[in-house]
Amino acid sequence: QESEASGLPEYIKIVEVGPRDGLQNEKVIVPTDIKIELINRLSRTGLPAIEVTSFVSSKWVPQMADHKEVMRGIERHPGVQYPVLTPNLQGFHSAIAAGATEVSVFGAASESFSKMNINCSIEESIEKFEEVAKSAKNMNIPVRGYVSCALGCPYEGNIIPAKVAEVSKRLYGVGCYEISLGDTTGVGTPGSMKRMLEAVMKEIPLSALAVHCHDTYGQALANILTAIQMGVAVVDSSVAGLGGCPYAKGATGNVATEDVIYMLNGLGINTGVNLYTVMEAGNFICTALNKKTNSKVAQASFNTGTIN
Amino acid sequence: AFPKRVKVVEVGPRDGLQNEKNVVPTPVKINLINMLSETGLQVIEATSFVSPKWVPQMADHTEVMQGINKLPGISYPVLTPNLKGFQAAVAAGAKEVSIFGAASELFTKKNINCSIEESLERFEEVMTAARAASIPVRGYVSCVLGCPYEGKISAAKVAEVSKKMYSMGCYEISLGDTIGVGTPGSMKEMLTAVMKEVPVGALAVHCHDTYGQALANILVALQMGVSVVDASVAGLGGCPYAQGASGNVATEDLVYMLNGLGIHTGVDLQKLMDTGTFICNALNRRTNSKVSQASCRL
Repeated sequence: QESEASGLPEYIKIVEVGPRDGLQNEKVIVPTDIKIELINRLSRTGLPAIEVTSFVSSKWVPQMADHKEVMRGIERHPGVQYPVLTPNLQGFHSAIAAGATEVSVFGAASESFSKMNINCSIEESIEKFEEVAKSAKNMNIPVRGYVSCALGCPYEGNIIPAKVAEVSKRLYGVGCYEISLGDTTGVGTPGSMKRMLEAVMKEIPLSALAVHCHDTYGQALANILTAIQMGVAVVDSSVAGLGGCPYAKGATGNVATEDVIYMLNGLGINTGVNLYTVMEAGNFICTALNKKTNSKVAQASFNTGTIN
Repeated sequence: AFPKRVKVVEVGPRDGLQNEKNVVPTPVKINLINMLSETGLQVIEATSFVSPKWVPQMADHTEVMQGINKLPGISYPVLTPNLKGFQAAVAAGAKEVSIFGAASELFTKKNINCSIEESLERFEEVMTAARAASIPVRGYVSCVLGCPYEGKISAAKVAEVSKKMYSMGCYEISLGDTIGVGTPGSMKEMLTAVMKEVPVGALAVHCHDTYGQALANILVALQMGVSVVDASVAGLGGCPYAQGASGNVATEDLVYMLNGLGIHTGVDLQKLMDTGTFICNALNRRTNSKVSQASCRL
């Protein structure tokens, strides 16, 4: 009732990207069995979607070289989606062969970022994704589309909302069921988030939108709050805030799932996720990585021994 | 709609340092405050006139107060828990003071060994003396979104204590989420109750980032019309109730958000970050400001 009265969504779907986006941006190469254990623990928290791995060339992303083993090794819990990244048709076929039942494609709102990241223009990348989407459609495989640099680009700086709207529309048009708008370098603020969403919402139905905020400048929760106030009901996050920022050494990256859930719980919004079990999964992976958690909720809770 | 201007109240030199383990030498404190004075900040909480037995970090309050450059247009409030502290503060040159109440009986008992009612009676003495000396008094209410001892705190209780302190003559009431447990939900509920008793123009929020909720909570407060926000350079000051956890929200991260919202603060973010770098080096610790971390490229 609380969230209804405030105009906020009653339910928010959390898409857990720790095992893929998180680990991909961690320096230490994680053994396959640890990855599998992490995903299995996350499967028991109530999270509805867990991004498992990436079917990309191991030459480019060594962390994800074990994509087949991970895909085949994890428990598949009913009601949980296990999307994987597939940058092209080859990756897509490999993913399907390994048992994937949902895939993701990554576009960008910045030409420079597209060129530096995947060595082609935005338009060329969308053509590749269209191939993937066509094959996926034939096999009833849903495709999620990501738009990187939605609030700023490490190379171009400012990104205009109209460009984000244009790329989102293209991805939605080739068949992506959901578009995740990523603040890749975390430079966005509630101001730029609002302007960007206003432009995108003219082209894409609200129910097909998600936000993927990085906490590099500490703005993630404020940006997420802004998005959900505008009706966005899908939020990406990473357990323990795994995954630094490749563009600012030592800086943080993904927002921590624990901190997002804490906020949503406080707002009376249902997520279906058990905060304590997520913290336990976070504790597991941080111990395995020999690093401190980036989640403030986890830091505070493990030190007082209580959950507020 | 957001306020066009926000007054940032810098509490690093007092609230921040008070909750740092290492005792900071007086010249470092003075330099910190002097650097902050160059950033455009209009209010810098300088020190606390409390017994050094209780708060060793603030033992040099008189030297700090007398040693800092006091720039025109900038206010340097100091904490004064009682009449004795108030008199010492004024003798040392203070022109504005702050008093600390709480919305929790248990917290008040544990913190200053009396009831809320008794604490307000002590403050009444300070108010009377301050009025006579034309010294403005800022009132703080602790535990507004939760208490480390009592747990949940009712919004009505926060409104009651705020109203009393405002009626006593405090020109501004700073509502503190002392252990950072608040969320946009509880912030909204609390402010709705308080705004029935105290005009929004006299309200400030003092959010701790212990659970990472500070900026989201501040955003909600701004949306409700609050235009005064407390913060601490480099996020100085841990949480005494959760070992190793963070405390104050970092001024840099707050200013970054306000800049992005087009809200005027008058604060130069680069100078602020430089000040944060200075004090972190002096304290031999990493900054708690994410903006600073991202900008350093170390």
